[in-house]
Amino acid sequence: MLYRENGQFKTSYAADQQIFAIAQDRWAILAIIVFALVGVPLLVDEYLFRAILIPFLILSLAALGVNILVGYCGQITLGAGAFMAVGAYAAYNFHIRIDGLPLLVSFLLGGCTAAAVGIVFGIPSLRVRGLYLAVATLAAQFFTDWVFLRVPWFTNNASSGSVSVANLQILSWRIETPVDKYLLCLTILVVFALLAKNMTRCAIGRQWMAIRDMDVAAEVIGIRPLFAKLSAFAVSSFFVGTAGALWGFVHLASWEPAAFSVDRSFQLLFMVIIGGLGSIMGSFFGAAFIVILPIALNQFLPAIGSVFGVSISTAGVSHAELIIFGALIIFFLIKEPHGIARMWSTGKEKLRLWPFPH
Amino acid sequence: MSREFGELILDLQNVSLAFGGVKALTDISFDVREHEIRAIIGPNGAGKSSMLNVINGVYRPQQGEIILRGQHFTRMNPYKAACAGISRTFQNIALFKGMSVIDNLMTGRNLKIRSNLLQQAFWWGPARREELAHRARVEEVIDFLEIQHIRKTPVGRLPYGLQKRVDLGRALAMEPSILLLDEPMAGMNVEEKQDMCRFILDVNDQFGTTIVLIEHDMGVVMDISDRVVVLDYGRKIGDGVPDAVRTNPEVISAYLGASH
Ligand SMILES: Nc1ncnc2c1ncn2[C@@H]1O[C@H](COP(=O)(O)OP(=O)(O)OP(=O)(O)O)[C@@H](O)[C@H]1O
Ligand SMILES: [Mg+2]
Repeated sequence: MLYRENGQFKTSYAADQQIFAIAQDRWAILAIIVFALVGVPLLVDEYLFRAILIPFLILSLAALGVNILVGYCGQITLGAGAFMAVGAYAAYNFHIRIDGLPLLVSFLLGGCTAAAVGIVFGIPSLRVRGLYLAVATLAAQFFTDWVFLRVPWFTNNASSGSVSVANLQILSWRIETPVDKYLLCLTILVVFALLAKNMTRCAIGRQWMAIRDMDVAAEVIGIRPLFAKLSAFAVSSFFVGTAGALWGFVHLASWEPAAFSVDRSFQLLFMVIIGGLGSIMGSFFGAAFIVILPIALNQFLPAIGSVFGVSISTAGVSHAELIIFGALIIFFLIKEPHGIARMWSTGKEKLRLWPFPH
Repeated sequence: MSREFGELILDLQNVSLAFGGVKALTDISFDVREHEIRAIIGPNGAGKSSMLNVINGVYRPQQGEIILRGQHFTRMNPYKAACAGISRTFQNIALFKGMSVIDNLMTGRNLKIRSNLLQQAFWWGPARREELAHRARVEEVIDFLEIQHIRKTPVGRLPYGLQKRVDLGRALAMEPSILLLDEPMAGMNVEEKQDMCRFILDVNDQFGTTIVLIEHDMGVVMDISDRVVVLDYGRKIGDGVPDAVRTNPEVISAYLGASH
């Protein structure tokens, strides 16, 4: 069947406001989700779960959070790693200090704590923007690094801030195998993505975008910058914090503050720039790209090198990775600020009209 | 033209505004009556835009008072002004470039939204119903301004004339009682100007909206406004019905003296 909206007339505003207004898109998304839930666990081996799929899902969740703040609300952040750390350590503390607290509740409380910290570090955004705000959020990074290394209470007196969790369980479901972990992360991601989509198509999302596009006009129309900006910081940090909890509990199982260093903050920012600022889909594209690229390079670069008689070391590969990232960031910032997501939608627009381009 | 006007709705008293050494407004008093179309004219840099910015709180005057429906404000701010039913358009279009026409207009409904963040996140009943109800109102504005064909277009891609129209649409979506228009017809061709005039007159007529209008096109101003105030170098040099202003010698000399 051709990719068309012919004949799909919308007779109500409700139909027009659906998340996926074209029937083919709705079916495609449904098919992808069903395949991810049922097909992938049957087809994929353990290594792929551990190395690619689980990191991809968790980082997508974090990228979604960063995108809400940077892409939708236009507030730059270099503190995403810090908010992941807050989410992870807060969830850890709830988990070990409150007996019998359900695991999911620990995760969500971790997210809420990150949201509260996010609001505090978002306050400078009411005064400064751009580079200055980036520096202010970077402060969050150094602050949390310091807190989790130096204040033993947060890590239950563990030396050098390293903590670990074991025997994860939700009701009677024990989360042990990579497949379990994958399904848990997938479910949380799908739910959160839906929440993000709902917010961005409602009044709160329009407030964020209005502040991003023209803050004076937004204020004149009755949008309070204080509420719009701080709510974006809160929601964003909630997403990022929950992702942090998942990263600690599910992906790493034992971690130390270095797991959430400033490198992570930059990585998440790169994801949303490459994937597409201000696009839910873009967060997934960006995360997939950044998770897969290093692995793909590791696989193929030495092989390509040997064809030309050059041997490429592992160090060479990781240098190549940085060079490629750098080049891509520059390319996207100059040529396509809306990232892969925009390329994708332009492609679809062309497909809608194909083969008659006018 | 004899038209009936209501009460005093907006009254500025002895307003002075300076930016450093630049005096943008000096001791200006000026009032607006309900339902009238009140024009502000004057040469470039006379302080017209500053005046609108004072009315809706974007600029804080050093001196003077704003009285809105009998309520005194020494410090207005944009949010209070919006809550009080003042909306405006901008001289240099200030639309939300990354959003579609519909979304731009929907932001105008913001003050009327009652559902909270959680209800919206879950697309919960109240949030969904509200979204639909406001969409219907926004569609009425779209029909009124005859921009149905571009409702889904990102505003950044629209030609200038249409952007001006969307800017008006966003202000109208607020259902204002006072509408401030900063050069709504600047840079338009004759046909677009006629359309815009028609919209302004219709808004005033059908919804009873009070309109404060800055415009350089004298033909238009004399045609559609009920009363005109003339500024020059931040001072008020004329105020009255169009015919009185037209024959005011001070106004004539200001206009002949200023390159225009
Ligand atoms: N934000 C600002 N900062 C400094 N000076 C300003 C500011 N806004 C206005 N001015 C100054 O105030 C004076 C009046 O400007 P204003 O924009 O109100 O004039 P105007 O009558 O709207 O002119 P135009 O017809 O060109 O739009 C000018 O001298 C201008 O330079
Ligand atoms: Mg002006």
